[in-house]
Amino acid sequence: MDFYLGLAQIIGVHTLLGLSAYCVLLTGQVSLAQAGFFAIGAYVAGMLTVLAQWPLIPALLVAAIVAGAIACAVGFPALRVKGLMLVVATTAFGEAVRLFFFNFNYQLERGELRIGPHGGEGFRQIRYFPENGWSTFDVVVFIWIVVALTMAALWWMDRSRAGAVLRAVGEDELAAQSSGLNLTAVKVSAMTVGGVIAGIGGGIFAHYTTHIEHVQFGVVLATFAIAYPILGGLSNVFGTLIAVVFIQGLLIEGLRFMGDWRNLLFGGLILLAMNLRPRGLLDAPALAELKRRLVRRKDRARA
Amino acid sequence: MLELHALSKHFGGVRAVDDVTLSIGRGEIFGLIGPNGSGKSTIVNLICGLFPPTAGRVSLDGTDLTGLPPHARVSQGIARTFQNIRLFGQLTVWQNLWVAQNSADQRRESSFFSRWLGGSRRARAEIDRTLAFFDLAHKADELAGNLAFGEQRRLEFARALAAKPAVLLLDEPAAGMNAEEIEQLDDRIRRLRDSGITILLIEHHMELVMAVTDRVAVLNFGRKIAEGTPSQVQADPLVREAYLGTAAAA
Repeated sequence: MDFYLGLAQIIGVHTLLGLSAYCVLLTGQVSLAQAGFFAIGAYVAGMLTVLAQWPLIPALLVAAIVAGAIACAVGFPALRVKGLMLVVATTAFGEAVRLFFFNFNYQLERGELRIGPHGGEGFRQIRYFPENGWSTFDVVVFIWIVVALTMAALWWMDRSRAGAVLRAVGEDELAAQSSGLNLTAVKVSAMTVGGVIAGIGGGIFAHYTTHIEHVQFGVVLATFAIAYPILGGLSNVFGTLIAVVFIQGLLIEGLRFMGDWRNLLFGGLILLAMNLRPRGLLDAPALAELKRRLVRRKDRARA
Repeated sequence: MLELHALSKHFGGVRAVDDVTLSIGRGEIFGLIGPNGSGKSTIVNLICGLFPPTAGRVSLDGTDLTGLPPHARVSQGIARTFQNIRLFGQLTVWQNLWVAQNSADQRRESSFFSRWLGGSRRARAEIDRTLAFFDLAHKADELAGNLAFGEQRRLEFARALAAKPAVLLLDEPAAGMNAEEIEQLDDRIRRLRDSGITILLIEHHMELVMAVTDRVAVLNFGRKIAEGTPSQVQADPLVREAYLGTAAAA
């Protein structure tokens, strides 16, 4: 049972990470900076609950605001470049954040213990959940409430004019600015929202693992973040969720019995999925088909 | 209303637009014609601010637009269509107009929420009216990318109109259309003019230009070689030479 609860935690937090990349990807920008915002959220929230002894929710809110503010500041210069250059620039930012935390030392004496981030050794003993008597199950429920709220908010945004505007910029920048859209404002807003979501995800991640260190927030995590929405498709937020379940649940955990062959198969299956469904697992035709079946069932029930 | 003062754009040694001065009056349908490569589309791009001019100014109602970015010019009242259709193909027909309407809502000082979330009932009714005007109402929920060519042309036109422009720049709207569609286009252009919109029509289709415009300017190699009513321009020897070559003019 604990195995499944642990998996549910991972899937929940990675869904938040994937959704943060989803927002940015809607405007056509491939950003590898999301792991950096995730790391910032993790350290800020961890330091607030451990060093300042804040309750969790305000700590998460502040982590979200800090990560969002940094995403906004990074967005202005970074989004002036496009395509591969943006990938390079955002990767550089992510690595800079990681190296910052590699060197970041801020420890306080608390009784006989020294607590707080300790450079390369990482930030240990983020014990908010055990200290406050949360069971693993409570944590899972908490994580999924946050995921559900985030998905609902993004679902709603997708259907508002803001969502159409993000997609318009992603499709054709020239037509978008000729239709009166301020490209910089739109892209930086998407980046900021992405930063906020990644910050919340990172903050939760720090608390359920209780121990974070810089290596967890490298290029691999950044690649996962962008892979989820690409693999899942940009039709709506459920694509990202499905991709996270597919990668984290099926490929990484489900193939453990394969031993060393797992990594090989992992890459192969992603290639296969992208070839069979180039517009993502949940693309527009799949959605239309799903809708058709649901409607038919409803009609049959009525008849 | 829309004025170009000694506008020039050089790309390296090529003078794409060279010292062009034009003045388009309010409520006028103004035609801009010229052989291929004469600088017509460059002028549209300069008016829209896609790149800065080498020299000269663009102004609207006396306000200098020269330094403004493209999106700010749209909110000043300039909208355009593209010669090669550039729709948001993965959005529905309705959403294409919804996105463009944002700029009009900004001018009306609508609240943050109505601008970015739903749009007021008035704004939604406006989109429905525009779609009906272009005979696209029955396609409102289709993806723009799935429309037939003629419908895409009309949607391109409708989207430009959704921004509530004072001046509408039409870049070869008749390209690829059949006679019946051109007749409808002619009718729509006149009706828009009657509703108070100033129109700059860039077009190759001479019949349409001659039928619908009040005044015409002719470009050749980036320079304005003639300006006047359609019949004056048609009779101009310089224009005949530009289109048909020197021998024919003689």
